[in-house]
This record gives sequence, C-alpha cells and structure tokens, in this order.
Amino acid sequence: MSAAFDIALVALALALAAWTIAFRDAFAAVIAFVAYGLLLSLAWVRLSAVDVALTEAAIGSGVTGMLLLGAAARLRRTETPVTETGTPLRLASGGFCAVISACLAAVVLFASDLAPTLAPDVMANLAASGLGNPVAGVLFVYRSLDTLLEKVVLLLALVGVWSLAPDRLWGGIPGLRVYGQPSGILAFLAQVLPPIGIMVGIYMCWTGASYPGGAFQGGTVLAAMWLLVMIAGLRDIPAIGSRRMRLLVVFGPVIFLAIGLAGVGLAGAFLAYPAGYAKPLIVAVEVTLTLSIGVTLGLLAAGPPERMGQR
Amino acid sequence: MNLALDIFTVLAVSAGAFFFLAGTVGLLRFPDPLTRLHALTKVDNLGLGLIVLGLLPRADGLLAALKLVSVWLLVQLCGAIVTQLIARVVRRDGSRA
Repeated sequence: MSAAFDIALVALALALAAWTIAFRDAFAAVIAFVAYGLLLSLAWVRLSAVDVALTEAAIGSGVTGMLLLGAAARLRRTETPVTETGTPLRLASGGFCAVISACLAAVVLFASDLAPTLAPDVMANLAASGLGNPVAGVLFVYRSLDTLLEKVVLLLALVGVWSLAPDRLWGGIPGLRVYGQPSGILAFLAQVLPPIGIMVGIYMCWTGASYPGGAFQGGTVLAAMWLLVMIAGLRDIPAIGSRRMRLLVVFGPVIFLAIGLAGVGLAGAFLAYPAGYAKPLIVAVEVTLTLSIGVTLGLLAAGPPERMGQR
Repeated sequence: MNLALDIFTVLAVSAGAFFFLAGTVGLLRFPDPLTRLHALTKVDNLGLGLIVLGLLPRADGLLAALKLVSVWLLVQLCGAIVTQLIARVVRRDGSRA
C-alpha cells in the first residue's frame, strides 16, 4: 500500500518536473516548480527526513518560488518570442544532458557496497551537546563551519541583489509591488495570519534543538509573514540604506562568529563550545540566526531598490 | 466501538476524497475562471474538512486532534482569501484566462 503511494508520488514528481521544463510560459513554469517542490517535500517526509522536508517546503518551494515569480514578472516586459534553435545545437544539448544523466545513473547504480557513514558516531556523541535533534547536532556541532559559511553566502546573495541598483538609487526602497487596497481582503489576511505565523516561526526555531525544525525554517516563516504585511501595504518597505535593517541582517552571523572566536580561547578551537555550555550557546546562535535569516530573506524577495524614500 | 469508529473514518475520508475528485473534475471541465474557483472551494472546505473529520478519531490525544482542526481552519482562511483575490483580478481584467 505504501509502495503504491511512493510510486505515485515519484511519478507525479517526475511529471511535474517535465512540465516545468516543457512550459514555454515562465509564469506557468514557476507555478509548476512550486508544486514540484511541495511534492518533493512530501517525498522527504516519506524518507523520514522531516528537517529536509521543512526546508524544501520553506526555501525550495516558498522563497525560491517567490523569487522566481518576481523574476518572471520582470522578464515579461522584455520577453521576446522564442527563437528557434538550430538542429545541431539541439542535438548537442540533448546529447550533453544524456551524458550527464548516464554519469549520474552510473554513480548511483555502481556505488561501492557500503557508503561511508558517520551517522552512528553522531548518534553516539549527540548527548554530549545536549541536543535531541541529530540534524541540529550535525549543523551546529560537527559541521558548524559549513553552517556559518551558509549564512555568509546568504549575506553575499543579498549584496548581489542590492548591487543591481543604479547608483542614484543606492540606499533606496526595494521595488516590491504593494497591493494595498482600502477594502483590501489582502490587508485582512495580513492582519490575521502574522500572529499565527510568527508563533509558528518562533516555535520552529525553538524546537529545532530537540525535534525537526531550526533557524532556516523558522526564519523563512518569519520572512513570509513580513513580506505579507509589506505586500498588503500595512507597513512600509524599509530602505536598504536603513542602519537598523543592516544591523539586523548581520546580527546572527556576527554573534555566530563571535561565539566561534570565543571558542578559540575557551574551548581550544574555532567554533568549539566550552563543555556544558553547548546547548545554551547553540540556542542563542539559532535565535539570532532566525532573526537575521528572516530579515535577509525578506529583503532578498523584496528585490533591488527602485525608488528613493522621502527624506 | 472501535469498529464503529473505523467505519466512520472510512466513510468520512471516502466522502472527502469524493469531493477532491469532484473538485478536480470541475477544475478541468468548467468553462470559465469563476466557476473553476467555485469547484476548488469545495475541495478546500468540504473535501479537506471531511478528511480531517474522519481522521479525528485516529489522532493520538486531544492536542493532535486540535492540530488537525487548525490545519483545516488555516486552509479555509487562506483558500477563501486567495479565491477572492483571484476572482477580483478576473473581474477587473475580464475572463480571458
């Protein structure tokens, strides 16, 4: 019975993936991509990887979907009729894709018998960190440098988006479209949903130490609520020159880095935690990261500045 | 008692699945955006509602049951509002979709 469900899920995901590629209209392709992401997160749940499923639904489907929708809306103005590509180019790209697929299939099918895994070691030593969720343990204890760099990459992405601004608009207000109407039903949603969403975001961050959840998922939910409030026109979109916004954006990574550097003196290694203080420090890092991730993702989705604020 | 609950679950979930099917058929077959939206709302409130109702006796504990009901309520809220938003765009731009 569950095998039938899994097979149906895989078939549906593959069909949607094909649809995403086949669609000529960018908007429809993005919608298919979002649905594909949700199916993928169901697949992760079936594989008992709830942390990954939450991340896929929040980032892979939600935020990426919104970024792609924004891009599709921007491109619509410039979209030219699709130019037919020549047969040699088609054959070449088709052949190239086939080679890559064959290589991937070979890697998966002819893998060495026993993949090296550190999972038993993680479970054996998890208790020392005071955490209950092995995923959080890997992210913040064993691979904390990766996690730190991941947040820095997010900052760089934001800088990349901002750098699309023309010089005269530097420090201006992002061009997020606002659908504020006086009678607005969207305004109603933006008043009812955020209290629930903010609670869910905080819960995801807090529970991440022991159960599936964590800073990225919680931060994404917070960002979604913030974007909803901005799109409904209930709160102004902040200028990217705003010092408060910039402080919030770097707050989490800076605290993470500071705790990591303190580890050099107190625990003998960069990003090591002093014995007995691992869990409180990790929770502190997660809380600050949640806040920073929320603000960063919100600003990422809001896009580059397009107008100057009234000074 | 257990048998009665099982029968209730099967009946309610089947009825919910029927509404999902009917809503999907409506989405594919109805002629214009407004009637298609109408078909979708049946899926949101009746289809999901009946499935949640059927799963309630299977939830372990009151808290899990409350979670199921709140999922349904949230889908109701967002579904109704998104439907309104789409319908407004359709009315403004005409039904050329």
